[in-house]
Amino acid sequence: MRVLLRNPRREIEIDGGVPARTMLERLGLAHEAHLVIRNGTLVPGDERLEDDDEIEVRPVISGGASP
Amino acid sequence: MSKCRACREPAIIDLPRHNANFCDVHFRQLVRRQVEKAIDDFAMLRPGDRVLVAVSGGKDSLAAWDLLVELGYEADGFYVGLGIGEYSEASSEHAARFAHDRRLRLLTVDLRDEFGYDVPTASRATRRPACSSCGLSKRHLFDRAALDGGYDALVTGHNLDDEAAVLFGNTLRWDVDYLARQLPVLASRDGLPRKVKPLVRLTERETAAWCVVRGIDYAVDECPMSAGNRHLRYKEALNEIEAHSPGSKAAFYLNFLDNMAPLLADRRDASVATVGECTQCGSPTTGDRCAFCRLVETASQHEPVPVAMARRR
Ligand code: SF4
Ligand SMILES: [Zn+2]
Ligand SMILES: [Zn+2]
Repeated sequence: MRVLLRNPRREIEIDGGVPARTMLERLGLAHEAHLVIRNGTLVPGDERLEDDDEIEVRPVISGGASP
Repeated sequence: MSKCRACREPAIIDLPRHNANFCDVHFRQLVRRQVEKAIDDFAMLRPGDRVLVAVSGGKDSLAAWDLLVELGYEADGFYVGLGIGEYSEASSEHAARFAHDRRLRLLTVDLRDEFGYDVPTASRATRRPACSSCGLSKRHLFDRAALDGGYDALVTGHNLDDEAAVLFGNTLRWDVDYLARQLPVLASRDGLPRKVKPLVRLTERETAAWCVVRGIDYAVDECPMSAGNRHLRYKEALNEIEAHSPGSKAAFYLNFLDNMAPLLADRRDASVATVGECTQCGSPTTGDRCAFCRLVETASQHEPVPVAMARRR
């Protein structure tokens, strides 16, 4: 499946057939610091992602003294 | 497939700290309730208050603006153009589009146009990290705009992760004066507006998710000056702990407010020393001229520094 990563923006191709949470673990990304979005919709951690899905892994941690 | 805790419909998000999954409808309800609870618990606002939201174009400030409008407050936005290259261009577009689509009022000030400098140049001119002159500029301009516009309060989008990271830093140093003042609401006093942080009960993941479910197109890309920022490291450390014991972050910060902040009340009152007025702009200051007026003088005399150059230091 195709996965869009951000900061910097890039796309990778990885195997589907795994829950969203497992995909994050494989990519070494913290659950608490990311959202998984499929076709513009959020998916929970145990949702199975398929090979033909287009996924965005969106980091949610902002740096600096906000806003 | 996981189901919503409240209605058993398919879930869209898992929130380990609540040990539950939520559908779209019940996730929104949870977010709204957390914001209402923060506003209530700390008596941040009164119904119908007119507020100014400090807007960066990022997820937190747009979520704060959106939520306050939804909860019935009269909320205008205020955006400061920081001159941080593409990041600033993109974030100002996100802020402007949000306001335009919802017919909300967005006030803007551009540092370069109005004061003759930008953040990268200020960083170089002062030989200080970008975030310090940036934060100083924003605080000053937000305060000013809130006072000049006669708003009941200035709203910022600080979330639970932001506050927990600041608390972590203050605690590591046992900086008691900072700890004493780390509250989600600060009363107005001479020359400073009332300041409130209605998102302190929501994590960053929750404010970002709110934007996704509400269709808020915020600036996802990060400010290039934030890399290596100390608070980012604290956030990562806290998230590492959170992964092993969900709810730790919320307990760390919210229990501080409940259990520790009251014990620091004396210290707080002592630190609200009487201050004078800046001879140039009238803002509160302990010196002759305020830090902002001094920054403007230093930074505006420096030749413009491009973002890429400012980062290499
Ligand atoms: S990361 Fe630092 S320089 Fe960038 S906008 Fe935030 S405070 Fe300003
Ligand atoms: Zn539900
Ligand atoms: Zn001044």
